[in-house]
Formats: sequence, structure tokens, C-alpha cells
Amino acid sequence: MIYDIKLRISYDYARPAVNGRHLACMMPLDVPGVQKVVAGLLDISPRPNERVDRLDFFGNRVTEFAIRAPHSKIALNLQSRVERLAPVPRAEGSSLADLPGIFAQSAELGPNAPLHFLPPSVRVPYNPAMSAFAREHLQASMSVEQAVYAIGHALHDYMRFDAKATTVDTPAAEAFELRLGVCQDFSHIMIACLRGVGIPAGYVSGFLRTLPPPGKPRLEGADAMHAWVRAWCGPQIGWLEFDPTNDKQADADHIVVAYGRDYSDVAPIKGNLRGSGRQKSKQAVDVIPVV
Amino acid sequence: MPPKAQISPVNTQLFDRYQPLPGVPDELVDANGVMRPAWAGLIAHMSSQTPDEIAGSFARGDQHLADAGVFFRKYGDKTIATRDWPFSPVPILLPETEWREIEAGLIQRAELMEQVVADLYGPNRLVAEGHLPATLIAQNPEWLRPMVGVVPRSGHFLHFMAFEIGRGPDGRWWVLSDRTDAPSGAGFALENRVATSLVFPELYRQTNVHRLAGFFRSFRDALDKLRQDPASRVGILTPGPLTDTYYEQAYIARYLGMALLEGEDLTVENGQLRVRTVRGLAPVDVLWRRMDGVWADPLELREDSQLGTPGLMSAVRQGNVTMVNALGVGVLETQALMAFLPKICRVLTGKPLSLPNVATWWCGQRPELDHVRANAARMMIGPAMSTRMPYETAATHAIGGQMRGGDGEMGDDADLHDWLTDNAAGLMGKELVTLSTTPAYENGALVPRPMTIRVFLAQTAQGWQVMPGGFARIGSSADTTAISMRHGGAVADVWVVSDDPVEPVTMLTPATAPFQRAQTGPLPSRAADNLFWLGRYTERSEGLLRLVRAYNSRLDQGVSGALLPSLRNWLKTYYVDVSETLPEGLSSTLASAVYSASQIRDRFSVDGWAALKDMEKSMARIAKTVKPGNDAALVMSVMLRKIAGFSGLVHENMYRAAGWQFLTMGRSLERAAMMADLLAVVADPASPEGGLDLAIEVGDSIMVHRQRYSLITSRETVIDLLALDEANPRSIRFHLDVIRKLVDDLTVDPAGQMNDFQRRVLALQTALALHSVSSLDTKALRQVHGQILDLSLALNATFMN
Repeated sequence: MIYDIKLRISYDYARPAVNGRHLACMMPLDVPGVQKVVAGLLDISPRPNERVDRLDFFGNRVTEFAIRAPHSKIALNLQSRVERLAPVPRAEGSSLADLPGIFAQSAELGPNAPLHFLPPSVRVPYNPAMSAFAREHLQASMSVEQAVYAIGHALHDYMRFDAKATTVDTPAAEAFELRLGVCQDFSHIMIACLRGVGIPAGYVSGFLRTLPPPGKPRLEGADAMHAWVRAWCGPQIGWLEFDPTNDKQADADHIVVAYGRDYSDVAPIKGNLRGSGRQKSKQAVDVIPVV
Repeated sequence: MPPKAQISPVNTQLFDRYQPLPGVPDELVDANGVMRPAWAGLIAHMSSQTPDEIAGSFARGDQHLADAGVFFRKYGDKTIATRDWPFSPVPILLPETEWREIEAGLIQRAELMEQVVADLYGPNRLVAEGHLPATLIAQNPEWLRPMVGVVPRSGHFLHFMAFEIGRGPDGRWWVLSDRTDAPSGAGFALENRVATSLVFPELYRQTNVHRLAGFFRSFRDALDKLRQDPASRVGILTPGPLTDTYYEQAYIARYLGMALLEGEDLTVENGQLRVRTVRGLAPVDVLWRRMDGVWADPLELREDSQLGTPGLMSAVRQGNVTMVNALGVGVLETQALMAFLPKICRVLTGKPLSLPNVATWWCGQRPELDHVRANAARMMIGPAMSTRMPYETAATHAIGGQMRGGDGEMGDDADLHDWLTDNAAGLMGKELVTLSTTPAYENGALVPRPMTIRVFLAQTAQGWQVMPGGFARIGSSADTTAISMRHGGAVADVWVVSDDPVEPVTMLTPATAPFQRAQTGPLPSRAADNLFWLGRYTERSEGLLRLVRAYNSRLDQGVSGALLPSLRNWLKTYYVDVSETLPEGLSSTLASAVYSASQIRDRFSVDGWAALKDMEKSMARIAKTVKPGNDAALVMSVMLRKIAGFSGLVHENMYRAAGWQFLTMGRSLERAAMMADLLAVVADPASPEGGLDLAIEVGDSIMVHRQRYSLITSRETVIDLLALDEANPRSIRFHLDVIRKLVDDLTVDPAGQMNDFQRRVLALQTALALHSVSSLDTKALRQVHGQILDLSLALNATFMN
């Protein structure tokens, strides 16, 4: 599938901000065999005094920018054309029991090395309850891939999607207790579950093509940024992407923006502001299939 | 000069009664009980003194440390409360020959560390070739991913290091821990040396003790050479006053003439690091980092950091700043790394470590796990990734097979077994080290106490240089296992004794160089802000003290009428409730002054700080005993004298630079504002009777008023004297004149352009000068009061970049 993607994120400040420095991470990623970025443009207003586009440790495309003069609004506009390939059928993967031996032999530290995604991270601390939940749904004979699906399905049954119950800063543990949340919560919880049983797992931020109800037109800007999970299933399969919010493997409807250990590695925009008051943020996304 | 007194041993008991512990090496005596030669002078000297004389000498050292205000914060204690420095006056003496071996071993280790860290952020050969498990790096919170691929501008990751060493049972020295990220203690070593040399002044001069100043001079010169912008000053990056070693950071900043900077003082502009100062942004491109790396930049490192500077990592990546040490070197402190260093040393250098480190096993490997399990009784087991010894962490750990820490439940053998199995990759075991002992003076006798030494190394033009000395930590009991150190104990100086006379060194430049007056760097905005508020809060404390005193003395005289209630209501606007004998609002104002001062101790005289702390202590003491009325009035008078003492110290002694100007502006602004506010309340024609006299009393102008006018106060005389008189240091006009003069000095724009603050000051000062006693009515006073307070905001906008 080829998509035209538009993302607009804006922040309104109650009091003008000065000397804002931010890190944006919203440009879709080139992933060989998974997706190809045909074109991409990120426009920032007001025009930044400084702007540096580069890759971060995980290979994500980030933009650091600074706006010095007092400003009461920041808007980021992304336009991109992306070709997303459908996932190919996989080879026979490793079994759960194989993983510790594989890690002990591993001498890899590159951006996609599974070892980065095994320990707790800032937003996904070790959580005994989630580990126990994951363990309940496993059988010793399972392959890693089967384990990922089993945990994903179980979680989807256990949690209910609720856009109001949590915010971007709600800890995963709280969402798990509430059994409510959005894609960010579903993903963090699933990552904790997977790591808790020894499966390397990371956070994927991106876009999801949503289909309008039958007979209704697609509403402009109605989509939102999405998040799902990737799990490492052994050297034969490598990384498998799973969307716990929708209980399915990520497919040609999922467009990848960034890979990280959790949300804090790939937040679409980061940055402190000196002396600013309250702020309001808005987000609008369009994912339009071209072909 | 009288002839030198003959040394007469009056206390032969001192050495004779010294009993080293059986089977434990001792610094003072060898295995046969014979005194080591380096100690002879010290023991002879101490033996020649009576216990009273010894106590007197020791008191000199303590007095120095107390006067200098040396303190440290208890680890993990997040309050302002500080602890006195636990000084043990008996130094540790090491012969130069032995020291040379330690030096060579530590330099080898420092060079090895540089190679290791350059590999970990570069080609990663050590992991790829199997000399280091990938897990240990990938799962290490100190391995900072944004640093991967970054080559430090200076060519080095490491410029300053510390090692904790101890002497093992076989008499050899061992490295116990590596301090690379932001090592502390060099300044404490210096203060210890000053104190010890005061305790033993003669002996210190006569003994060939290597001096420390040369080390600091070389290091300072090396840092200066790392600068690329000659207009910049080297800065010390501090996490701020709440850190346990803030005193030391302020001390070393003063000693080396460097700027002490917090993350908030810095900003990044076009990839360049800058200091926010009252004269705009000033360049800085070398930072001696005393803040742990992970906190340095909230944009790319810990996002919850309140201490860092957004964009710092970006400036580093672009090669525009040298960090001493580079961000990310904390990974070298990882306890489990010691398990692999001996082999890595052979691989990278072809030689073994000449100073061994404590034997360590990482439990992530099967044979090592089995070994640790089988020998748990002789080990300390704790988190592999920790940068601290197991007993220094709050995490679950085991000492000699006993589980501790964590949730606080003591485990049995089965728990230990399960714990090891479940967490193997996250754990490491370390041999339970025992340490040598050194004499400490307790109750008139020398007793053996375990000790470790922290040694400092600096990268200089001649390569790594080792500070000849260091500071020793001394255990508080005879328990010689390293874990006894966790209870704190005391600290002592380390003397490296040469057989030959040592060259005296100072920090001063050689006399051959032409004299150059040093330039002080521009004042950082945050420091200016704190000084300004220190001025305001001390002045407000004084003003409130005068008002509360006036209130209490009238209360005692049985003054009736509307004056006291109206005063009471007005004081509430300053959060002072006079129904409390010592109003809470008064002590909290003073506490705010102390807080402002505590933020800028590097810019503040030791005497000034002592005076301020003294006031705070007196206030707390008085609060318990004071009674309303006359007693309270008397107590306020005592406090007023103390505050006058502080102001006197500041104004007689403080260097007339930007810092003093901001302090003085704060004081003048507050005094003018309070006076305008007071006059609006008490000098209105409708105000209760007695208010004019009260204003004259609070304005400390009774005598002048009597001389100039008469005994009878009128609105005219009071307004003239307290608002418009340009010679009365209590009048509004006087202080607007002061502020105007200061702001002209501060703002030297060659083009003569005025800034907003200057414009407002000029307008206000002129407006007041044009007033007469009749035009300056209550409405006008209120307006002046508001305009003075607005100056505070304008000052902030103009100078606090």
C-alpha cells in the first residue's frame, strides 16, 4: 500500500514561551522489507532559529529545533508519502526455552540488538503483576511467536479501550490495575509482560489507516497517532510487530515512525519550556491510501 | 626567637600501648611490631605532648574546619540539614617509594579505562570479540546511547578520576572501586590538608610531605588548555546546593578560580554552550562535571531531570564543548566490570594489572554463578550494574551469605539460593575484602582502625598525574571488613613522605611572569537573582523586626486606640501575625534569606555566611523562650544588632563587583518599598494617632527629627525626612538614588542606549525628586510603592537572561 500521511501537532501556551528547545520524532522510518519512505517534509512554525535533522541511536529520524523569541504557539506539520509492504510468512522460530542461551552468546549491540529491549526502561519498569499475568498464559512448549500471540490475545481480552481513562503520563501499572487505556497503555503493558517472561520487546510509534464506517466518508484529521509492540522471536524470525489494541499482527495498515524501548524514546515531541504556563495541545492525522 | 624546645617524651605510653589487630596489616607497625620509619617523626611529636596539648592542637584543626564552614550532606538526606566534617587529625603516612608503586598502578588503570570506554562508545571490539558480555553493556543504565559514535573533542573521555584503594591481608594494595563519572573529594582532601597542617604546624614543615598544590595547578592549567574560546572561563557543573558534596564543589571553584554553574545557568545557542549572565550570554566550552551524566540533558538523557541543560548533548555531539569527564563514562564504575578488567588489560596492553582489583564474578555466566553460590559465605553479592559496593545500595544484597536490604526481610539459605537463580544476570559476587588498620586517636590513646584511601588522578600536559596524598576514610570500629565503611567513620589526611626535602609549591604564577590583574567573569544571572533576593530578604527581615519591636513596646506601654490594630492588620500583608510572640512570617523571611545565600556559597564570604547562619540559629533558640511585650521587644533589639552585623560585613568587605551591586539593589529596593508602604498607612491624615512617631522610630530617625524640626511630628516633617530627604539612609529618595547609581554602573552600553530597567528607575527617581510634601499624598505614596515593586520585575526581565 502507498499512503499520503499528514500529521499536525500544535501547542498553545497561556503565557508566551521563550527559548524553547524541542526534539521531534514524527518522520516515518525506512525499514528494509517493511516500508519505504518516498517523500517526507516536516515544517515547523514559527520558523526555528536552529534546526538539526539527524538519526538517533535506534535509527529514528529526529529533528532538534530551538525557537528563541517569545512565542505563544508551536505547530509542526508533517507530510509524507510512504509505501508499506505486507508482512511475509515467517520461518519456524525459536522456542521460549532457547532464548537465554541465545542471549548468553550474543555479542551484538547495534540498534536492533534484542538485548537493549530486555531490561526495564523508564516507562516500563519491572512489574511482577504483569509478569505473572504473562506467565499464566504460557505453556512451556510454546515458540516465542506463539507466546507473543498468546499474551497479546490475553491482554486484549483483559483490557478495555477507553480514551478517557488515562493520559500520556499515566504509568502502565495504573492502567493495568484499571484494566483501561489507550494504545500507549496497551503497548507498555504488553512490553512489560513480554520482558517479564524473557522476550525482548519494544515500542513502535506510527500511524494506523482507519476505515470509515460503511457508506460514510472518511473524516479529515480524524485519525490519531498509534502505537504497537515489537517482540524479538529468535534469529530466524527476528522482530515481529503486534498491535495489542487491535489484537492482531501489524500489517499493511500500520506505518512505522519510530522504534524504541518505550514511549519516552519515541515521543513525537519532547522539550522543556522556560517559564511557560499551562498549555493546550492538538493533534490531527490523515492517513490516505494512494494506491 | 627562643631556642627550639627539646623534644621530651612525656607520653611514651602512646606508642607502647598501641595494639595492632592480630593477623591484620597495620600502617604504623610492621608484622614484627616495629614502627615503620615514615611514622617516627609524628609519633615522637605526639609523644612529646601532654593529652591537653594534643587536645589543644586538635582543636585548632576543628576550629579551622568549623570557621571555613566545611560540611557535607548526609547521603540521601534531601533537607538543607548538613553534617559537620568528621575529621580525624592523625594523618596516614606512606613512604614515597611505596607511593610510586601505587601511582604507577593507578596510571596504568586510568589508561586502560580510557581504552575501554573509547571502545564501548566506538567500535565495540571488546564485546564483539567476547571479552565483555553484551548484556553487561546493553542493560547498563550508565551506558548512554546518545554518546554512541561521539568522539570527544579533546580526544579523551577521561580527564579526572578517583580510585578507592585499600591494603589487603597480604600487604598489597587493591582497587576497591573506580570513580569516573563525577568523582568527589579532591576539595575535601585539600581542606583536610589545611586542617592537619594547622594541627601539626612544626611537624608538617619539618617532615618532607609532598604538597598538593602542584597537582591542582597542573590540573587547572590542563583545563585551561582544553578551551577553544580564549574568552571563555572553565566552569564546574554542579547539581546544586542539595547535593551531598556541594560545599566541596563551591570550595574548589573558589580555590581554582572557576565558575560554579548549575544546569539552569547554561543554555545552548547554535550548538554552542553559553552561560546566562547579567551581561548577556557568555561563552563556556570546558565543564568540569560534578553532576552525574544521566541528568545532564533532559532532552536526550533522563527526561525527568530538573538539573540538566536542554541541548547540552547536542553541543557535545557537535564538538563544541569538552566535558571533564565525557558523558557516559559512568559505565566504567559498573561493579561487574571488575570481573573482566584483568583479562581486558592483558588483551589490550599485553600486561597484567599491576594493582589488582577486588576479585569479582559476574553471575550471568554459569561457572561464575556456581562459584559465587558455593562461596557465598566469603562474598558480598549485589547488583551487577550498580556503581556502588553492594552494602552501599538500597537494593537487595547479601554479605557473607546473609541477605539484606531490598524489602527489608532477612532471607535464609534457600532464599539466597532462589534469589541467585532468579536474578543471576543482574548480580555479581565480590570477595569480602578485609582492610589494613591505621592509628586513630581516641580517649588519649592510639587505636587501630580500618581504612581506605581515595586517590585522585588528572590528565595533564605530561599525561596522567596522581595527587600525592588523598583522603582516607577511617572505620568507626575495629571491624576490618570493608563494609564497616558504610557507617561513615572519620576522614584523615594522607602524607606521602619523601626522604629528601620537597619543593614548596603554590597556586601562584612564578615571579618571573609579569603581573596581570585577573578578570572576573560576568556574573551568572541565577547568582545575580539570588544575591538580589538575599538583599531583599535580609532587608525585609530587618524592617519587620523594627515593626514588631515597635508593636511590642507599645503593647507593654498599654497604648490603646486604633494604632495597634491598624498596624496588626497591615503586618498581615507581610505574612506576619503579631499575636504570635515570634511571628512565623519573620522566621520564614529570614529562612528565605539563608536559602538564597545557600544557593551561591561560592560567591559569598565565609564570615558573611557564618553571620547569617548565626542569626537563623538565634532566632530558633529565642523562639522557645520569648514572652510578649517588653521581652519580645528586647529580643528584637538583639536580632537587629545581629542583622546589622551581617549588613556591616557585607558592606565593609564585599568586593564591589556585579554581585555586590545586585545585593545592594535588592536591599535598597526593599527598604524604599517598605517605607513607601508604611507611610501610606501611618501618615495619612485619617490614620490613627501615634503613627507618625512610630514611623520615625521604625525609620531610626528620632534624633535627626529632633535636631531638624522639633519634638512634635507632623505629616510634613515625617514625609520630608522619610520620603524626600536625599541624605537620610532611611528615606525612599535616598534608595532610589542608590539604585539609579548602581544601574548606571551596571549598564555600560557604549552607544548609550538605555534598557527598560534603567528607564523605569530614571523615571521613578525623577518623579519622586519632583514631589513636595504636599503632593506626595497617600495616593502618590501607594503609586510609588507599586512602581518600586514593578522595578523588581523589570530587573528580572533585563538581567536574568
